[in-house]
Amino acid sequence: MNVSALTPSELKLRLKTAGIYLQTGSFTTHLKTTIPSVAEGIGLLYADYPLVEQDCFADFHISLTRPRNLRRWFKPQALFLFDGNTIFKPLPLDQAFPMLEWGLNWCVSTHVNHCLMIHAAVVEKGGFAAIMPAPPGSGKSTLCAALVNRGWRLLSDELALIRVSDGKLIPLPRPVSLKNESIEIIRRYEPNAIFSRKVADTIKGTVAHMKAPADSIARAAEAVQLAWVIFPKYQAGATACLETLPQSRAFMRVADNSFNYSLLGLQGFKAMTNLIDASLCYDFTYSKLDDAIEIFGALKPQASHNNHTYANEL
Amino acid sequence: MIPNYLILQALREPEALISLSLLDWDLLIRQARRANLLARICLLLDERSLLEQVPPKPRQHLEWSRVISEKHIQAVHWEITQIRKALEKVGVPVVLLKGAAYVMAKLPSAKGRLFSDIDIIVPKDSLSVVEAALMLHGWAATHHDAYDQRYYRTWMHELPPMQHIKRMTVIDVHHAILPETAALHPDSAKLLAAAQLLDGYDDVKIFAPVDMVLHSAVHLFHNDQLDQGLRDLVDIDSLLRHFSRLPTFWTDLSVRAHELGLMRPLFYALRYAVHFLNTPVPSGMMKATQNGRPNPLTLFFTDQLFERALLPAHKSCSDWLTGTARQILYVRATWLRMPSFLLARHLFHKAFISPKPE
Repeated sequence: MNVSALTPSELKLRLKTAGIYLQTGSFTTHLKTTIPSVAEGIGLLYADYPLVEQDCFADFHISLTRPRNLRRWFKPQALFLFDGNTIFKPLPLDQAFPMLEWGLNWCVSTHVNHCLMIHAAVVEKGGFAAIMPAPPGSGKSTLCAALVNRGWRLLSDELALIRVSDGKLIPLPRPVSLKNESIEIIRRYEPNAIFSRKVADTIKGTVAHMKAPADSIARAAEAVQLAWVIFPKYQAGATACLETLPQSRAFMRVADNSFNYSLLGLQGFKAMTNLIDASLCYDFTYSKLDDAIEIFGALKPQASHNNHTYANEL
Repeated sequence: MIPNYLILQALREPEALISLSLLDWDLLIRQARRANLLARICLLLDERSLLEQVPPKPRQHLEWSRVISEKHIQAVHWEITQIRKALEKVGVPVVLLKGAAYVMAKLPSAKGRLFSDIDIIVPKDSLSVVEAALMLHGWAATHHDAYDQRYYRTWMHELPPMQHIKRMTVIDVHHAILPETAALHPDSAKLLAAAQLLDGYDDVKIFAPVDMVLHSAVHLFHNDQLDQGLRDLVDIDSLLRHFSRLPTFWTDLSVRAHELGLMRPLFYALRYAVHFLNTPVPSGMMKATQNGRPNPLTLFFTDQLFERALLPAHKSCSDWLTGTARQILYVRATWLRMPSFLLARHLFHKAFISPKPE
C-alpha cells in the first residue's frame, strides 16, 4: 500500500495518532506529526512511497510537533524530535516540511555506517551511476533535478550511499531540494514536475522540494554500479565543459565531502579507493541545462565495466 | 522493584536476546541508543557468537554503533599517545581515570564504550606544570568566564576542561576524585600512591582495582548528570565481575572504602548494581557495607530516585516521577559537592549573574 491509498484526511489523522511507517529506500521511518503543512507535504511528495505495516521495526522514530511555549500564540514554531529527543533548535512553523526533509537526512547521515556516505547527488542511466559531490551553491541539486526529468533515475539528491561490502550505490530516492532561483528554473524546465509550497527565509534561502519520479521510487531497491564522479559547477554564461580530473585530486575532494570517511577508518579508505578506481572523474562547468543533459547522455563508463556487464549477461 | 525493561534484560542475559520479536528489538535499540549502550550490546552478542542470529534490521543498527565505538576507542589510544608526548618532560606519570583507563588496561568495561573526553589525575602540586605543558601542546582552557575559572580552580577537583585546538578533543585534569568543598574527601595521595603502572608502559598509570571501583562509584553517586547513569552502572558491574577473580578483592574493597571514607557510595554502587544488573556480590560483602547504609527513610527515598534516574532517558523507561527524580538528584549532587552557603551562592551566581549560553 502506498501513501496515496490514504485520503488527505485519513493521512492527517494517521499522522496525528499512530503515525505512518514510511519506506524510503532501504529505511523505514515511523513518522508522527500534528502539523498540517507536514501532512500536506507528505501527501503530495510521498504519494508513491510504500507504507509498511503498522508497528513493525522502524529504523528511525521521528515526530514534528509544535513546542508548548508562549511563542505558539504569536510566533509559532516547529520542533523535530528523534525518538522523543530534540535534535535541532526549533524553526518557524512555516519551515516544518523542509525541517522534516533535513531531519530525515540527519537520521541517515548520523547513523548509517555500512556505507561510505558522501554529500552528493546520484543519478543512474543504463545501469551506471554518476555521483556529483559538491558543496552547497554549486548547482548540484539543480542539475540533478534536470537529469531526473530527462530520463535519468534518481538515487538521491543529497546522500550517496556506497555499500562498503561491494562498492554498489544504494538508492535513497527522496524529494529533490531546490533553492532560490533554481526552483523557477526547474519549474520552467519541466512544467509537469510536482513541487511543495515554497518556503522563504530559511537558513538556505527560499526552498521548495520536487517530487522524485515514480519510476525512481519504484526501483529504490536496485543497487547500482558506480561509473562516474563528477564535480558540477554552475557558472553563468559558461560553455559546458567536462574536464578529466586526476584520481588523486578526485579522491581528496570526495573525502572532503564525505560524512563518515574518517569514522570508517581503514574500511573507509578501502571503499574510497575502490570508488575512485571504478570511476572516471571529471570537473564539469555548465550554464545551460540542455547542454548538460547532452554531455551526460554521451558519458561512457570505463572499458572494464563493459566487460563486467557482458560477463554478467552471459 | 525495578520493572523488567528490555535494556536490563539485554545487559543481564544477552543470550536471551535471540528470541526477541522484531517489535521488541525496535524498542531495545531505542533504549540502548539513548543509554549509549548499543555498541556494548553488539559486542556482548558478538563474543557469544549470537550476532548472526539477530534479525538483519536490528543487527544493522548494532553494527552501525559498533563502527562508532571502534573509532572512539582508536581515538582514545591516539589521544593518550599525544598526552604522553605533551607530558614527557614534566616527569609526572599520567594516571588515567575511568573510560581511558578501561581502554588502555583492556578491561571488559571498555567494550563498546563511547567517549566525550579523557580524564587524568595528577598530584595537586603538579597541576600548574601539567596545565602549562598541555597548553604548550595545543590544549586550551574552555571556560573563559572569570567566575567559572574560580569555581573550578578554588572549589572543584579538576581544572576547567581543556580542549585541543586542532583535534577538538577534551581533557579533564583532576587532582582529586571529589571537589575540595565536598563533605567526603578521599585522600588523593593514597589513591596516587596505590596507582599501578599500565602493562608495557613506564609513564602511564591506572588506579588499583579497588580504587577504580570506588572512583566509579563516587563518580556515579555524586554526579549531577545522570543521563549516562546506566552506562556508569554497567562500568561498575563489569569491573566487579572482572576483579572478583582477584583472591582478596572483596575484602580489599571494603577495607579501602573504610580507609577512604567511601562506604556510602560503595553501598549504593553494590545495591544498584545488584538491583539493575544482577551483579554477583558475595552476601558477606553486602553485610560488610552495611555501615554505609543510610537510615531506612533516606534509603526509601534514594531508591525511589535512583531506580528512576539510572534508567535510559527514554519514554519507555520513564514514569510521571522520572523528571522530578532527575531534578532532585541534580540538586542532591550539587549539595554533596559543597556546603549549603557556598551552594546558595553558586546557584545564585549561575541563575542571575553568569552570562546565559545562547
